[in-house]
Amino acid sequence: MSGDDHDHDHDHDHHDHGDDHDHDHHDHGDDHDHDHHDHGDHSDVPSDVALRAKALFSLLADKGIVDPDGVDRIVEAYEHRVGPHLGAKVVARAWVDEGYRQRLLADGTAAVQELGIGGWRDGSRLVAVENRADVHNVVVCTLCSCYPLPLLGVPPAWYKSAPYRSRVVLDPRGVLAEFGTEVDPGVEVRVWDSNSEVRYLVLPERPAGTEVMSEDELAALVGRNAMIGVERVTVATGDVAG
Amino acid sequence: MNGIHDLGGMAGFGPVAAEPERTEPNFHDDWEPAVLSSMYATLRLRRWSIDEFRLTIERSAPLDYLRRSYYEKWLVALEELVVRHGVLSAEELASGQASASLSPNEHRWTPSFEPPDAPARFVDGAVVRAVNRHPAGHTRAPRYVRGRVGTVIRAVGTEPLPEDAAAGVCTPQRLYLVRFEAAELWGPDSGGNDAVYLELWESYLEEIP
Repeated sequence: MSGDDHDHDHDHDHHDHGDDHDHDHHDHGDDHDHDHHDHGDHSDVPSDVALRAKALFSLLADKGIVDPDGVDRIVEAYEHRVGPHLGAKVVARAWVDEGYRQRLLADGTAAVQELGIGGWRDGSRLVAVENRADVHNVVVCTLCSCYPLPLLGVPPAWYKSAPYRSRVVLDPRGVLAEFGTEVDPGVEVRVWDSNSEVRYLVLPERPAGTEVMSEDELAALVGRNAMIGVERVTVATGDVAG
Repeated sequence: MNGIHDLGGMAGFGPVAAEPERTEPNFHDDWEPAVLSSMYATLRLRRWSIDEFRLTIERSAPLDYLRRSYYEKWLVALEELVVRHGVLSAEELASGQASASLSPNEHRWTPSFEPPDAPARFVDGAVVRAVNRHPAGHTRAPRYVRGRVGTVIRAVGTEPLPEDAAAGVCTPQRLYLVRFEAAELWGPDSGGNDAVYLELWESYLEEIP
């Protein structure tokens, strides 16, 4: 199975992993400082989970329901083919091609298909929302973790976590500030709660000073977080994922 | 249902713990893609809808929901669904040995996205209230909008009503993108002209008399 023909529903509270404990985030709760493998934001993941997951997969493979190579294929797909680089391509095209920008805002699904990005599951479709000088958009799924997978790949763990899902609708400016994104009081913040099969892409503002950049160079500036809306695209940010 | 999954507006979960974008792996353990792959493959059998899958997760006890990792929640739901819908028997799951062939799919889930014959109830710009309803089963009307007044921005197509889809019944219904002002949802202390947008099914909305 390829990862690009699905748009699944993410409902993930799982954000920390023990082998990466020196990054600069906070793992809330009381299990903050262990250095052993810690799958969730909360302790005590039963040790049999991995076995049960593999047993279920293997039974489904025995019955011909999953491709026995499905695990490798899904990992490979999200590693190499389906990820934020696709969304970045869409954003860069919209920045350099006014006609494309208008088509993207009018019909996101069709516009990304123009660039060869399909794979929207039953009824799901894409809407692009544009950041402007007076509007900042940010996307969430408070009820689970709906996300534009064909365009951005697997959602980050924080997107699926209780802290983000609970608070970004109530205090979007506070959450954005945790990502280093300060929004001027005069700018309207629009939070998009993806609770149907509509999926959202934030079209970030093109940073100043990029007039001479090529489309590919622009795409390299656009990171996943900016397309969720928790960050802005900056020239210094050049560390795009995917 | 008023489950723990309906998190919008709650406090107390702490700051957002974001791993650096550049280095966060897609999967944090090697069994996670096995669950993801199993989820996709079984959903494609069309024995249950995405809404039934969601409801199965939503029914977990609140403490379990919060304690389980994301893919563990999926795994628990899948273990329940495969047995409920005859994909695997409880014995097969317990033993890890496949023994029976797949039973016939007697209630194939067939979603429809065709608009209903009845005309749309709401026009762009209509002022509407989200119905104050607290169903025992699945719904996609989060608690924080119920009883609140918003503005219809536009109609956004037709999807199966989640309440019915979770029970395997397809009732196509129109959806509307509705804007709720932050002050309407969260009171006068909330941020100025901020707003929350979401799609709500037609029966989730009522006209303001």
